Amino acid sequence: MTDISQNSGAAPAAKPKGGSLFEKDARTKRRNAAEGRFKLYGIAAIGIGLLMLVVLVTNIVTAGTGAFQQSFLELNVELKEDKLDKKGNRNIEDIKKVSTFGYAPLIASALEAEVAKLGIQTDLSPKDMGKILSKAAQAELRNYVISNPDEIGKTVSFRFLVNSRVDGYMKGRVTRESIANDKSISVEQLDFVDQLRDAGILYKAFNPDFIFGSDASDQRPEAAGIGVSMLGSLFMMFVVLALALPIGVAASIYLEEFAPQNRLTDIIEVNISNLAAVPSIVFGILGLAVFINYMHLPTSAPLVGGLVLTLMTLPTIIISTRASLKAVPPSIRDAALGVGASKMQAVFHHVLPLAAPGILTGTIIGLAQALGETAPLLLIGMVGFIASNPPDGIVAGFLSPNSAMPAQIYEWSKRADPAFYERAWGGIIILLIFLVTMNTIAVILRRRFERRW
Amino acid sequence: MALSWLLLILLALAVIGYFTGRSRALASAGGDTRELHSLPSYYGYNVALSALVPALGVLIVWLLVQPMIVNSTVSGLIPDTAIPEGSDRGLIMSEVRRVANGLNGAVATGALTEAQAQDANADIDALTSALKDAGQVLTQDVTQPILVAAQKYRSMTGTGSVAMQVIVLALALIGAAFAYVRTHKEFRARNVVEQGVLALLLLAASIAILTTVGIVLSMLFETMNFFQLHSWKDFFFGSTWAPNFRGGSELSILPLLWGTLYISLIALLVAVPIGLFAAIYLSEYASGATRAIAKPLLEILAGIPTIVYGLFALLTVGPALVSLFGDGGALGLGWMSSSNAVLTAGLVMGIMLIPFVSSLSDDIINAVPQSMRDGSLGLGATKSETVRQVILPAALPGIVGAILLAASRAIGETMIVVMAAGAIAKFSGNPFEAMTTITTRIVSQLTGDTDFASPETLVAFALGLTLFIITLGLNIFALYIVRKYREQYE
Amino acid sequence: MMNDMTRVERTVDSKDIKIAANKVQVYYGDTHAIKDVDVQIEDKTVTAFIGPSGCGKSTFLRCLNRMNDTIDICRVEGDILLDGEDIYDKRVDPVQLRAKVGMVFQKPNPFPKSIYDNVAYGPRIHGLAKNKAELDEIVEKSLRRGAIWDEVKDRLDAPGTGLSGGQQQRLCIARAVATEPEVLLMDEPCSALDPIATAQVEELIDELRSRYSVVIVTHSMQQAARVSQKTAFFHLGNLVEFGETGQIFTNPEDPRTESYITGRIG
Repeated sequence: MTDISQNSGAAPAAKPKGGSLFEKDARTKRRNAAEGRFKLYGIAAIGIGLLMLVVLVTNIVTAGTGAFQQSFLELNVELKEDKLDKKGNRNIEDIKKVSTFGYAPLIASALEAEVAKLGIQTDLSPKDMGKILSKAAQAELRNYVISNPDEIGKTVSFRFLVNSRVDGYMKGRVTRESIANDKSISVEQLDFVDQLRDAGILYKAFNPDFIFGSDASDQRPEAAGIGVSMLGSLFMMFVVLALALPIGVAASIYLEEFAPQNRLTDIIEVNISNLAAVPSIVFGILGLAVFINYMHLPTSAPLVGGLVLTLMTLPTIIISTRASLKAVPPSIRDAALGVGASKMQAVFHHVLPLAAPGILTGTIIGLAQALGETAPLLLIGMVGFIASNPPDGIVAGFLSPNSAMPAQIYEWSKRADPAFYERAWGGIIILLIFLVTMNTIAVILRRRFERRW
Repeated sequence: MALSWLLLILLALAVIGYFTGRSRALASAGGDTRELHSLPSYYGYNVALSALVPALGVLIVWLLVQPMIVNSTVSGLIPDTAIPEGSDRGLIMSEVRRVANGLNGAVATGALTEAQAQDANADIDALTSALKDAGQVLTQDVTQPILVAAQKYRSMTGTGSVAMQVIVLALALIGAAFAYVRTHKEFRARNVVEQGVLALLLLAASIAILTTVGIVLSMLFETMNFFQLHSWKDFFFGSTWAPNFRGGSELSILPLLWGTLYISLIALLVAVPIGLFAAIYLSEYASGATRAIAKPLLEILAGIPTIVYGLFALLTVGPALVSLFGDGGALGLGWMSSSNAVLTAGLVMGIMLIPFVSSLSDDIINAVPQSMRDGSLGLGATKSETVRQVILPAALPGIVGAILLAASRAIGETMIVVMAAGAIAKFSGNPFEAMTTITTRIVSQLTGDTDFASPETLVAFALGLTLFIITLGLNIFALYIVRKYREQYE
Repeated sequence: MMNDMTRVERTVDSKDIKIAANKVQVYYGDTHAIKDVDVQIEDKTVTAFIGPSGCGKSTFLRCLNRMNDTIDICRVEGDILLDGEDIYDKRVDPVQLRAKVGMVFQKPNPFPKSIYDNVAYGPRIHGLAKNKAELDEIVEKSLRRGAIWDEVKDRLDAPGTGLSGGQQQRLCIARAVATEPEVLLMDEPCSALDPIATAQVEELIDELRSRYSVVIVTHSMQQAARVSQKTAFFHLGNLVEFGETGQIFTNPEDPRTESYITGRIG
């Protein structure tokens, strides 16, 4: 019954029952408003994500660029013979007997002379004046004298690091207000710094030692550099590359080309996909228990770090390698088998070379992931170790204790002096430059060699 | 003879084997390669692999097993009376190893003669001072039982490594000789080599299993040790986390688990709506150009190392939150006293997870067939109605799987919480307070001076095992759901 | 009943023009997919679009309710008037248009919801029912019109995806009918169905003619002859011939139509 009554009303001759299409009814307006809101949520979500990226990158750049600059004080130091080489015979052993402490007066008097020459008026004692310099200055002077004993007796021009408070003042991090409770620097010293800066002998300059130098103790943030831990990371990456690439490729070839459909294969496959999602800290525990406690490999060694990162990276490499093997069409294998090649020959002679660009891309991405990983390194002692000297030689590079870039950054972030934070951000810039470079190479490789079958 | 030398000799043997095998095959065919069953190089590979593979296999197994045997034998030598109060066998054993290494070092530098080093009745004081003079590190005073054990340890290790070298080299030679003798033009070298290579490939694939077994075993043993020293009831059902290195610790996982879950929850509250809406916009609304730009940019967030997020939380987000919610902050609320807080860690972890959620959801939304969208749009539904009423319900299982994977990520995340969550274990619902997590405690219990005989250190392994089981369970469950979901539309 | 020639012989009264297309051009990126198509679709008539694969018949069909809007690279020129109103006018909301011009697709695409919810979907989003009782009534009426009521009335809560192919397609037709459209577009509705299900759907189409203007795309000439009163033959994006079904099949004017009907091109 309803059918019929509905029918007469539902099918009018010419004019549409719902009114003109050109007029939106109230409900459609409401629905379109809801549509607009929904779309807006989506845009907002993307906006928030991108905003976070911008905030993060801006934050890294603004906070980190300072680390690449350092404040230096230029001084002409007279290397007095009566202080450095009393016997006057330039015997290197005798010169070495003068401790770092013994060089302090030389610097102090050089600064005093400079101040007098420039006509700077200050109430500071020479000792307090000297305190604006880094504690590393004396060691720097001593190293110079030991490697150039012939310069003793002459006056040499040096560029000394100033201490982190003065450096912070030059960069605007430290102000007269912020040092109210700071015992290591006074307002008078800052006035003195202003005078030296106006005189042009205290200035900011690019500091290559941050990139290439070694870490310094927590008293001397101005002298700390990331170079040695960069070497540590480099040696770890060698280990990862040397182990993860061949093992990963071999495992992928087996699983993709040869594995029979059986329980073992299933177990391996499930294992790999789950290992890819195991928290990295668990790999650290594994490394600690197996490589250090059981096998007694040296703590903090890049070799151990590399082994742990290898196990962590393997699933990533296997998954991407399998994808690129799968992308090689079966016709290639059939062609090789058709001319009488064995399956092994078909794989190694034809499939593997065709899949190589994809494998390489996956490996680079896996390496980049390993390079930025920190958590497992905490457990095998690569944090807390002060990487103050570069390793001597290749074997030592693998076996002697070292830090790694992300571990070094973490180490700096834990130290008390805020001057280290700047270095942590600076370290992040360097780490990210490496990662961006690696990922760019991977993208270029993929674009350049990607083949559509 | 160092291990590297042994490896070099093995490699040299393999290279020699390759050339002799190859030339013998050629000789047997009278120099005519067509007479051979396989290509000449396969005969060479056969000899080389026969020399290398068994020898290396034995070498690796030996290196793994020998320390176990030596340790158990030597630790049996130490009488219970030699173990001082408050110490245990494990500690004494590490001292024994240190003395043994010291003796080795001293003999190598010539500070001691071999005979002196082996003299069981040597004067302990003289020996100690000789070791110290030779620059060897000793943490404790050497006692008679330790010295005896150390000497036993030295001699067993020494004999073991000599035996290992002899056996490994002999195996390499026998393998090479066996393969060499079999080399003949009729010999199916390619088949044999390919079998060998296949076995190696299988071995490589099994490393995944070995890793899992390694993870489980390494944590399981130490966890069992932990439960011998500490009540499992307290670990699982206690309410307090208060490690005390003088004993009497309360080590319950529950407060840590609460902190972990709370921070993960906040992270998901940030990441899931943003990631999901971003995925919906990218897959349903965005033009090709927008998608091509926005998607990779968002994914950059996923490629940033966690240490960067940690630093961001510690130095930027934390202080910013304090300046908003803290004492004298912009909002004048005084809710937050330190930049280390659940909220800090949760927010930053949420940012990190946005691309993770969005790219997984994007894949899953794209797997919903276009015909569903057509059907809904063809009925006059708007896009948002289509998304909310057709696509999301259809994609729900997959999205739940994606969220579970993200949750597993959040639970296992370490650096952000280590740097920004704080170290206080407690049950609290206040997101402005500092709290601690399972991963944070693993790091703090296992770094610095650790004593692998104390429950305070061993608890880290129990925590690690629990973490592993939780994340593994979540992953398996999530992958199962996602796979079921995909099968539905295939 | 399904005898090919019965319907061909019948004379067709002239009816109101429901849709009038004028010089319609469709571009996919640089490809010119539809060229200069003029066609007038009458009310209460089944109009069939036939032609070889890729001739543009489905593309043209999707222009009639602006489903092509969902494809970024697709561009439509010319006028398509529904009851005298240009559906590509800026003031027209495609959502409102699609409520009037329903569509049934090639592959049955029930939503992963219950049978009831599938049918109630359209009425719900368009707000056609004031309360649950009215909605129940609409669902029942639509399922009856979809000729599937008797088969599903006892399991309205069962998922729509659990039905057989033919049932799914009739469910989709019921779903389209539920929004009270004026025109029903069908894009090869039987191509995924077996012969028995096809017969059922064809019978249904004939019944639907009493209420709606039906446009059906089909690759089967027999089907076009069986169900339609008007037939349009498309070839390479051109509308080659349009007229009474009987005339097209028995006495085509264009040699291309004849070649197609006799099986020489296809």
